[in-house]
Amino acid sequence: MEFDLKQKGEERLHKITYKREMAEKTVCHFKVEASRIARKAKPGQFVVLKVNETGERIPLTMAGTDPSAGTIDLIFQVVGKSTALLRTLNIGDMIMDIIGPLGKPTHIENLGPVVCVGGGTGVAVMYPITKAYKEAGNHVIAIIGSRTKDLLILEEEMRVASHDLRVTTDDGSYGHHGFVTDVLRKILDERKDVKLICGIGPVPMMKFLCRLTKEYGVKTIVSLNPIMVDATGMCGACRVTVGGKTRFVCVDGPEFDGHEVDYDELVKRQRAYLPEEKASMDRFSKEGI
Amino acid sequence: MVEKKEKQKVPRQKMPEQEPKVRARNFNEVPFGYPPELAQLESSRCLQCKKPKCIEGCPVEIDIPAFIKLISEGDYEGAARKLKERNSLPAVCGRVCPQEDQCEILCIVGKKDEPVAIGRLERFAADWERDKGGVFIPEKAPPTGKKVAVVGSGPAGLTLGGDLILKGHEVTIFEALHKTGGVLIYGIPEFRLPKDIVQSEVNYLERLGVKVEVNCVVGRIETVDELLQEYDAVFLGLGAGLPQFLNVPGENFCGIYSANEYLTRSNLMKAYLFPQYDTPIARGRNVAVFGAGNVAMDSARTALRLGAGTVQIIYRRSRDEMPARIEEIHHAEEEGVQFYLLTAPVRFIGDDNGWVTGVECLRMELGEPDESGRRRPIPIKGSEFQLECDLAVVAIGAGPNPLLPTTTPGLDLNKRGYIVADPETGKTTKPGVWAGGDIVTGSATVILAMGAGRKAANSIHEYLMNK
Repeated sequence: MEFDLKQKGEERLHKITYKREMAEKTVCHFKVEASRIARKAKPGQFVVLKVNETGERIPLTMAGTDPSAGTIDLIFQVVGKSTALLRTLNIGDMIMDIIGPLGKPTHIENLGPVVCVGGGTGVAVMYPITKAYKEAGNHVIAIIGSRTKDLLILEEEMRVASHDLRVTTDDGSYGHHGFVTDVLRKILDERKDVKLICGIGPVPMMKFLCRLTKEYGVKTIVSLNPIMVDATGMCGACRVTVGGKTRFVCVDGPEFDGHEVDYDELVKRQRAYLPEEKASMDRFSKEGI
Repeated sequence: MVEKKEKQKVPRQKMPEQEPKVRARNFNEVPFGYPPELAQLESSRCLQCKKPKCIEGCPVEIDIPAFIKLISEGDYEGAARKLKERNSLPAVCGRVCPQEDQCEILCIVGKKDEPVAIGRLERFAADWERDKGGVFIPEKAPPTGKKVAVVGSGPAGLTLGGDLILKGHEVTIFEALHKTGGVLIYGIPEFRLPKDIVQSEVNYLERLGVKVEVNCVVGRIETVDELLQEYDAVFLGLGAGLPQFLNVPGENFCGIYSANEYLTRSNLMKAYLFPQYDTPIARGRNVAVFGAGNVAMDSARTALRLGAGTVQIIYRRSRDEMPARIEEIHHAEEEGVQFYLLTAPVRFIGDDNGWVTGVECLRMELGEPDESGRRRPIPIKGSEFQLECDLAVVAIGAGPNPLLPTTTPGLDLNKRGYIVADPETGKTTKPGVWAGGDIVTGSATVILAMGAGRKAANSIHEYLMNK
């Protein structure tokens, strides 16, 4: 791998300048040098990353940027070989390819009360968007949830980024015992002035969240994370059905009207390579490559 | 006259190639290329016409008789230099140009006999130079201090970059993907165009001084207007980077790929080497490929090499209308690809996991010619039937990717979304911006894109020198 990186020339690589493991080491936070992307990226946009010569192209959403330091923040969950390999890198190590910013930025405007709901690693994606809604003058209520207390991420950051933070855990080990949708229902019952809901998390969470908000008739935006290859609209791997029409998440999204998305199709397409992903992960666990 | 008659007795020389059954299971290049003896023999067939017709058929006007003469004299290096005077990618063009419709169709020898194998000779000379190492670097004009940004590193951008660097301008190529070459890298498979050949042609440009920035999606990281602040001219050679789908029900089942995705996974990401390379690709037992162009042939032949039992090309017109090169159709058939002609898909069928299991088709018959001049296929009522498939590739063409055009004010597009550019100069409606290749013409060939790059290079040069 080192040989590959040398071939490319140091100045074109992306150095890791910060690493923190969280959520029982299932989630990892990197700051990575990518000065041009740091200057240009807006909340809601993502990057595609390829660790080394033999790596695959994976989309990762930016949890933040630091234009003055020339770094971007990547927070990712270890879900397969590519993210497992990424986690083995340390401060000073290089990532071969980072492409971005990709996708359309979140449309931020002053609307009135906004509820930002993040589940699992989706909280990382939600964080810069929450901040932006607050900065635009909206009253922002945030709900974050995880399976259990130790897997919860960015609680303090989200508290600062919002006016009112609610926390849930599926097992009741911290905050409200239950799902983010329980808390959201309560909020929607209590106040009728909520103008927009933004929900980012695992597909089942977004599906049930949208079922709920449709009941209340509140506009809901979701951010989708399907399989991608080029992420510039060239291949169609990320196609998703929205309002009966095929859309490309990489260029038309990643955010869509949550009430129009065909989540069942999305889940199936996300699982298209499960056997290959497992084989790849097993090989990596055993042989380290 | 006597000499000419003797020359014509030598038949057109075949290129040695891998046996169909063997090659259908590997990704190595199909033909081996001429050994010097065969190249000599083939070059002796050229009549060295005083007014060569062949050159008229070449979009970049290679001095064909001259390079062939050098081969016949055994000066292979000289032949390669002669090619490079007009064509910066001869090893590529010798492989993928449709010579049978361009130079060879005009060859005088071809009137009574088979034409001189110009493409095979071009490939021979270019390969010979590369294999011996130490590629000739021509002298550049003195620096002009002018800077040109090229968006896209496919055939149009590479040709234009090569031309302008020799004229003394600074050239930077911006490529969206992580590797240079555009369609030559992501689209055309290894067995038809080995990737190290593309890489060495790009290396040649870099040695000339062309700067290359990969991972740079212009329209997102930089806009064209931002490039214009730093560069004196911008050339857009974006390619036709938007996949077309069939728009039939069930098309989003897993296992249904656009040809762009299927070939990008296999070629650019090297998914055929999974798990040594991390990108996976579905390996079907029964594969259906829709469309009958070169990209469809490439997809079908890739599927065979990935272990498919049966591969079927499904095409709504008849054999005569198939747009692929005859050589590609022939190669595919030899390898065992089957053809379902006059057949159109109606809908895909899938299982509970969302995977494709089959496709329902309709039989067609040919009616009156349509606007393309080809006879229009008309469905035969009640002729529905089902074909089993666990993998499908949609290879019915590509359109213009809107990502850059929609972020570039002042750049006029036609009704179909392609960039409007003067066919002779490549000038767009936006000052300082030129365009060429598939993003102007729609999907065409490597050499036509190169021809467009050449014309735009001439126009940009003239503009820069008068600026």
